[in-house]
Amino acid sequence: MQDTIDRGQGENRPDLSLDETELLARLRSGYGSAYEELVRTYSGRLLAVARRIVGNDEEARDVIQDAFLNAFRSLPRFQGEARLSTWLHRIVVNSALMKLRTRRRKPEESIEPLLPAFLADGHYAEKFSTWGEQADTALSRTETKALVRRRIDELPESFRTVLLLRDIEGLDTEETARVLETTPNAVKIRLHRARAALRTLLAPHFGRGEL
Amino acid sequence: MKCRECDEFLADYVSGELAADVLATFELHLSRCRNCRTYVEQYRLTIAAGKTACEAAKEAKGDMPEELIQAILAAARPVRDHSS
Ligand SMILES: [Zn+2]
Repeated sequence: MQDTIDRGQGENRPDLSLDETELLARLRSGYGSAYEELVRTYSGRLLAVARRIVGNDEEARDVIQDAFLNAFRSLPRFQGEARLSTWLHRIVVNSALMKLRTRRRKPEESIEPLLPAFLADGHYAEKFSTWGEQADTALSRTETKALVRRRIDELPESFRTVLLLRDIEGLDTEETARVLETTPNAVKIRLHRARAALRTLLAPHFGRGEL
Repeated sequence: MKCRECDEFLADYVSGELAADVLATFELHLSRCRNCRTYVEQYRLTIAAGKTACEAAKEAKGDMPEELIQAILAAARPVRDHSS
């Protein structure tokens, strides 16, 4: 499913000058330098992807190690059906989700309090005040970006994961459903709620006069 | 269409997936409801904010610790030797 906000794949592309075909050939021939090039080129941003999903540095490092080892083992079966970077990205996402699953989980908090309320007549209960250009300007600042990331981290896990996979990592609805072992419809509902909840969390910061 | 229904169609609206007839009704409501217009705008800004905030973190390539790189390469060695 293609949609207008689904730009993640392109953005995950690292250095476009890197010749992936040539690198892949060297990897298959077992050149140590090719392995090192692969790790040095991609690991930094993949670590950021893992950290965002698992939520801490220590587990993110485990994820990256698992993912690369997994990738090295799977190399002989990689047919070049996707870009090397995209393929690695998927492996990292899967390893990170696996990590989440093995974690002893506390019961998830309800997302309901973060969703907009409606009046009996079907209108929103709240009158929203515009964020306007302030939000745009604020987003260019490093501290605002950090704040947005902290608010994403506050979302209940099953919603945060869907938001990350769909809006940030650029997986489509079907792919997200598959890696999370759920239905496309459940993904759509969770994504919508996750965005609505994040909006609620950002509103105090982006509202008029707050920044 | 009421605000509550608009809310249900919002995700499909911003991704351009609403069927033409629903889209027409949705936009008719928007044209008459300032509160929904504001909400739609904030919903879009929220998506954009998430992307911008996380892309910035992904661009930070420098924070891959050298010892982690070395650990990964060490783990790769047996796999590599086996395959060659
Ligand atoms: Zn309305």
